[in-house]
Amino acid sequence: MTAGRPERAVSQEDGHRSYYGRPVLKQPVWTWEIPWYFFAGGTAGASAPLALAASLAGNRRLERTARLAALAGAAASPALLISDLGRPERFYNMLRVFKPTSPMNLGTWILSGFGTATGLAAASDLLGVFPRLGRAAGAAAALLGPPLATYTAVLVSDTSVPVWHEARRELPLLFAASSAASAGAVGTIFNPPEAARPARRLLVGGAALELAISEAMKRRLGDLAEPYEKEEAGRYEQLSMGLTAAGAALAALGGRSRLAAALGGALVLGGAAAKRWAVFKAGFQSARDPKYTVDHQRERLQRRPPEERRTETFARGGRGR
Amino acid sequence: MGFFTDTTVCIGCKACEVACKEWNDVPDTIGLLTGESYDNTSALGADNWRHVAFVEQRKPVKVQEAGLEGLEPSAEGEDGFRWLMSSDVCKHCTEAPCLDVCPTGAIFRTEFGTVVVQEDVCNGCGYCIPACPFGVLDRRQGDGRVWKCTLCYDRLKGHMEPACAQACPTDSIQFGPLDELREKANGRLEMVHEAGVTDARLYGADEEGYGMGAFFLLLDDPEVYGLPPDPEVVTRKTKSLWGAAAAAAGALALGVAAAFAGGSR
Repeated sequence: MTAGRPERAVSQEDGHRSYYGRPVLKQPVWTWEIPWYFFAGGTAGASAPLALAASLAGNRRLERTARLAALAGAAASPALLISDLGRPERFYNMLRVFKPTSPMNLGTWILSGFGTATGLAAASDLLGVFPRLGRAAGAAAALLGPPLATYTAVLVSDTSVPVWHEARRELPLLFAASSAASAGAVGTIFNPPEAARPARRLLVGGAALELAISEAMKRRLGDLAEPYEKEEAGRYEQLSMGLTAAGAALAALGGRSRLAAALGGALVLGGAAAKRWAVFKAGFQSARDPKYTVDHQRERLQRRPPEERRTETFARGGRGR
Repeated sequence: MGFFTDTTVCIGCKACEVACKEWNDVPDTIGLLTGESYDNTSALGADNWRHVAFVEQRKPVKVQEAGLEGLEPSAEGEDGFRWLMSSDVCKHCTEAPCLDVCPTGAIFRTEFGTVVVQEDVCNGCGYCIPACPFGVLDRRQGDGRVWKCTLCYDRLKGHMEPACAQACPTDSIQFGPLDELREKANGRLEMVHEAGVTDARLYGADEEGYGMGAFFLLLDDPEVYGLPPDPEVVTRKTKSLWGAAAAAAGALALGVAAAFAGGSR
């Protein structure tokens, strides 16, 4: 507070300066399809390298499960994405250009390549035809899978939404860990304990990392972590942390019992889906309340030397803050 | 080309809002009275490409009269009322996040340096909406596409000025080449300052700062008008974001490989 800073507008009573409490930013218009897509694409993206590793290790059962998980995710993803568009019939406009500045455009290309490769690999595996092509397609899917699981973090953090943009370093790793946990969970649920062992390790490791990175992200966000403690995002975050921790513990300790492992896998899948919903909703909440935009930017301005504060220009001898 | 909006002479008549809707055939979405001073438009959006903000403040000022002298602070402790009006609009950023993230190429930069959405290309993905640091773009109900100010692209092609600038009765909205407008704005700032209004400041007029193709002369902090105090071109970091995603993807691949260490069965 410096001399000359006027009082708040008459209409403001909450202590935060804003225009009638209205948001500075627009909330995204994305609906339920998007967090489910993050979950489906992530699970599929981590399942493809799992299938390749299982095939190299000679673990046929796990290979097949992972391949089917990748196929299911790759099939659901475009449907979810197209359904969310305002003009679904024009979805192909994204494929008429190659535009690296747009994470959504690049992601559409990654998803297209992944879907094609996964489809070919699964068809070759299930029908027993063109084994060489199937192997090449499986390798291509394994290569495109991890970027498919992490690009969605770039998608959300490349926006002006405070909790997304400020978590830009943690989100890709969070999505990678969560995807690993859910791919491991699918492999664990649908296989007997001995065939599922690598999947179980992936489940436990991914889940542990997911919990750790979530905490690191919230610590770094500082005041901006508040949306993760409030309203819908708060509930999803609590649910996610609880399910993921319980599922990982159950799978790690009861790994020899198929029932315990499968139950653990189901809990971890729920935790991974809830995590996407928590991140999604936290973004909406931070865009909706002007205090996250204004206070965060004011603090940023205070930390900057005066000659670098260039949004506002005061007259010579005018009252800058 | 761009706008300089001098809010010190805005009288809150909303001619800019009306002229814009008339010329661009923007749907009228007249709702209820908001109770927020004279503002019933509330915010920029798909159906409002100009939005006049009305701010009511308790502030020690003399009785407001026509001319600047009415805005001078009066003697200490005297209670008063100040009414600020400001016509907001798309900033037509010189580095536009909405344009960068648009996956179809629907948003493009025109030969006038402005930013326009091509309605026949937009597929309504909505990515530009959270990308914009000013909350300008939005999806139109029942239409599915995103709409915003075009800085009257069609009128500019016909050598006319934008409808809002032409309709503004006080010349609060000025249109022209950006460098000329910046010069004008700096002159006006000095003038207002010398008249004793030391709160006045330009918002978005500094080329070295956030490059705005529409900038403002304000009488209070930007957030009081609903503007962000320190907007950021988030898309300048896109490359490093991809670096983080690539590293995370690599970690995921390694993690899968590690899961097979110590036996596959």
